[in-house]
Amino acid sequence: MTEHLRASGVAAGRVSQDTVEANFSDLHPAYAPHEAMVAADRCYFCHDAPCITACPTAIDIPLFIRQIATGTPEGAAETILEQNILGGMCARVCPTETLCEQACVREAAEGKPVEIGRLQRHATDILMEKDVHPFTRTEATGKTVAVVGAGPAGLACAHRLAMHGHDVVIFEARAKGGGLNEFGIAAYKSTEDFAQRELDWLLQIGGIEIRYEQALGDGLSLSGLQDDFDAVFLGMGLGGVNALSLEGEEADHVTDAVAFIADLRQAEDLTALPVGRRVVVIGGGMTAVDAAVQSKLLGAEEVTIVYRRGQEAMSASKYEQDLAQQKGVRIVCNAAPVGIEGNGALSGVTFAYTEARDGKLVVTDETFTLPADQVFKAIGQTLAETPEALKLDGRKIAVDGAGRTSVAGVWAGGDCAAGGDDLTVTAVAEGRDAALDIHATLAGAS
Amino acid sequence: MADLTTTFCGITSPNPFWLASAPPTDKEYNVRRAFEAGWGGVVWKTLGEDGPPIVNVNGPRYGAVWGADRRLLGLNNIELITDRPLQVNLDEMTRVKKDYPDRALIASVMVPCEEAAWKEILPRIAETGCDGFELNFGCPHGMAERGMGSAVGQVPEYIEMVTRWCKETTDLPVIVKLTPNVTNILGPAQAAKDGGADAVSLINTINSITSVNLDTMSPEPMIDGKGTHGGYCGPAVKPIALNMVAEIARNPTTHGLPISGIGGVTTWRDAAEFIALGAGNVQVCTAAMTYGFKIVQEMVSGLSQWMDEQGHTRVEDVVGRAVPNVTDWQYLNLNYVTKARIDQDACIKCGRCYAACEDTSHQAISMSPDRVFEVMDDECVACNLCVNVCPVEDCITMETLTPGAVDERTGKTVEEEPANWTVHPNNPSATAAE
Repeated sequence: MTEHLRASGVAAGRVSQDTVEANFSDLHPAYAPHEAMVAADRCYFCHDAPCITACPTAIDIPLFIRQIATGTPEGAAETILEQNILGGMCARVCPTETLCEQACVREAAEGKPVEIGRLQRHATDILMEKDVHPFTRTEATGKTVAVVGAGPAGLACAHRLAMHGHDVVIFEARAKGGGLNEFGIAAYKSTEDFAQRELDWLLQIGGIEIRYEQALGDGLSLSGLQDDFDAVFLGMGLGGVNALSLEGEEADHVTDAVAFIADLRQAEDLTALPVGRRVVVIGGGMTAVDAAVQSKLLGAEEVTIVYRRGQEAMSASKYEQDLAQQKGVRIVCNAAPVGIEGNGALSGVTFAYTEARDGKLVVTDETFTLPADQVFKAIGQTLAETPEALKLDGRKIAVDGAGRTSVAGVWAGGDCAAGGDDLTVTAVAEGRDAALDIHATLAGAS
Repeated sequence: MADLTTTFCGITSPNPFWLASAPPTDKEYNVRRAFEAGWGGVVWKTLGEDGPPIVNVNGPRYGAVWGADRRLLGLNNIELITDRPLQVNLDEMTRVKKDYPDRALIASVMVPCEEAAWKEILPRIAETGCDGFELNFGCPHGMAERGMGSAVGQVPEYIEMVTRWCKETTDLPVIVKLTPNVTNILGPAQAAKDGGADAVSLINTINSITSVNLDTMSPEPMIDGKGTHGGYCGPAVKPIALNMVAEIARNPTTHGLPISGIGGVTTWRDAAEFIALGAGNVQVCTAAMTYGFKIVQEMVSGLSQWMDEQGHTRVEDVVGRAVPNVTDWQYLNLNYVTKARIDQDACIKCGRCYAACEDTSHQAISMSPDRVFEVMDDECVACNLCVNVCPVEDCITMETLTPGAVDERTGKTVEEEPANWTVHPNNPSATAAE
C-alpha cells in the first residue's frame, strides 16, 4: 500500500494500516509466563522497600512480586488492587522510571531496576482475564455519595466507597467513563480498549451508578448535589487548557494537544485520522510527548517539540524524552513561541530563544521560524469554572491531607485538586484516601 | 600449564574428571562421545547379574529442584542399574577401552550379596580390559529393596565382606562407592578399608522426594499417581558430600584411603574443593546431564589456570591441602573475634541485612531514616548472616579484631593466644589453660 508520507498539509492515511498497527502496538508488551518468573526473581524483597515509599498508592511491591514468583499471580493482583484499584492501568501508564523503578535498589546497583510496572501488569492482566473481582461490599450503610467525574480519582473514590457499603452515583461530563485513561494517554500505552475493560471490571463491585453527559455547571450544581447526597467528591480533572496568547492562535490546525490525543484515542481507524506533514508541539510535559510521538507514528515527516526552558526542566520524564527522540521527534529547548505565521493559514511558528536571567525566564531578540502545517499546544491544563464556594490554592481546588475542600461535606482529588503530581496513580491515591475520610465522616455522623 | 594427569589408586587418567556411573555412561555411544569431549575417565553404568535384564519404569525417572531462571539445582532419579544385557555391555566396554587406552574405564558392579555371584562376575568383566571396579553399595532406590545397593552400604559388615570377596577375586583396584544415607560415614568407610578396598568413592545419591504435585497429591517424579524416594544429586548436595569426604580424609584410621569425590561437582572450582578436602579425583554426573559432555573443557581449563596461579604443577600437590583445617567445633579459637563491616559505597540500601539481623539474629544493625545501615559493634556477634543475605558481593565483610582491641559486645580485650572450648572456664571438663 502506498504511504503518503510527504503529502503536504494535514492529511489522513500517511502510513498504511499495517504500519499504523505496528506503530501503535503495546509499548511494553505483556510478559510470557517464564519471562515474568525471571523478572520477578530479580526482586530482592527489600526491608521497608524504597519502591513502596515511591509509589503514590503505596502498593506492597516486594510482596506482590514474591507472589508472582511463587506462582500466585492472582494473589499478587489482589495485593496491588487493594491499594490501587486501577493497578492495571497504572502498570501501563505510570512513569515508573521516576517512581518505583527509580527507587528500586537494583537501579542503584546496576542501572537496571526490577521491571515493576510490567510485573504489575502481568499480575493484574491474569486476574482480569479470569474476570475475577476480588473485592466485596460490606453491609449497605444507606448513605449516598455523589462523585463528579469518572476519571481515575472519581473511580478510585467510588470503588472504595462502594466497598464500605455506600451507594455512589458518578456524574460524568462525557459519554464515556475513564477520564484521561480513556481520552488522554498515548494509545500505545493502553491498547485493546483497556480503559473501558478496566472500568467495567471495576464496576463489578456493585453499588456504583454512572450518569453520563452530566457536568458541573451544566445542569448540575454543587449545592444541588449536597442537597441530594450525604457527601460529594469532586474529581472532574482539568477541563480547560492554557492558551499561547498569540495572534493567529485561532488558525486552522492550531489545536490543543489534549484534543488531538482524545480524538486519536477515540478513532476507530487511525489511518483516517489526519496529521500534518510538519508538526510543531509546544510544551514540555507528557502531553507534549504523547502528541508528538503519536504524530510521528501517524506518519508526520517532521515533528518538533519546542520547550521554553532547558531540557532538564521538562516535566516529561527522561524515559519519555528518550522515547520521543527514539521515534524521531526533535526536541528544541530554550525557545518560546512569539508568532504564528501564515496570516490565518498556518505556515509556521516563530520562536525566540530564551535565557534565564536572575532566575527569571527572558525572551531574547534572536528568533527562528519552524515551518508547520499543524501545531499542538501542550502548555498545561487548567481548572474549568468551579463553584464559587470552593476555595482555591493557586489554580486548583484547595484540599487538606484527607481531600477535604473548604466546603463541609465536599471532598476533591485528582488533577482538579491542589497538591500531588498530575498522574493517574496520584489521582487514584487521592480518590481512595478521600473515600476513606468520607467513610469515616459518614460513619461518625450516623 | 599444570599437568592434570592423575593416578588414582593406581589408575592413571589424563585429568581427574571422571564421569560417574549413571545414565551418561550406560553405553558405548555415550562413552565414546564423553572421551572425545575430553573426560579423563568413565565409570560404566552399573552392571548386574547375567540373566533377564533389569526393568525400569516407563514413566518419568527424574525429578528436579530449580533455582532462578529454571537453573537446575538438584536432580533425583529412580532409574535402576543398566537394563541392557551383561554381554552387550562387556562387548562395548572392550571396544571402547581398546580405542581409548589412555582413559580410565571402571566397571561399576552390583550383584546380590552372595560370594559366588561376585566371584563369578568380576573375572568376566575384567576381560574387557577395564582398569578397575567400583562396587555400587550406594543406590538408595529400587535395587536396595532387593538387598543390593545402599542396603549393603548401610551395613558395614556387608561392605567389608563383599569387598573382601572382590579383593580375593581380582588384582584390579577395587573402589567402594558409599551411600550417604547413613548416620556416620566413617563406619562404612572403615569397613571398606578393612575389607581391603583400594579406594572409596562418595557420595552416592541421597534419599529424596523432590516435590509434591499439589493437584494430584503425588510425589515427583510421579508414576501413575504414585512416587517413591529417588536418589538426590546435583549442586544442592555438594555441601553434604564435601563434609563426608572431609570426615573420611581427616579421620585417623581412614586418613590416606584414596577418595573419589562425588556430589554436585559442576565446575572446576567444585572439583578443586573436593580435591582440597582429600579427594584424589572427582566424578561428575548431574552437570553433564544438565549441560552435556562439553563442560569438561571448562573444568580442565579452569583447574589448570587455578593450579598455575597457585604454583601447583600436579593434582596430587593439591590433594588434601584443606584437610588439616577441618576440625571439631571444640577446637575452634574462641579468641578469634570478628565484626561485620558494611561498605557504604557498595551498599544499595536494600535493607536485607537489617531485616535478617533485626528479625532473626542479634539486632546489631541500625537503620537510619535515609536508609543507612550500620553495624553496632556492641551487639554484633559476628554471625555472618548479614554477609550471607547481602545481594552485593563484598559489600559486607567480616573484619578481624586485632589482639589488644576491645570487643565492644563483651567488653573484653581480644587475646593474642588462641583458646578454645577445651580450656574454656564454662566447660566442666575443661583442662586448665597452660
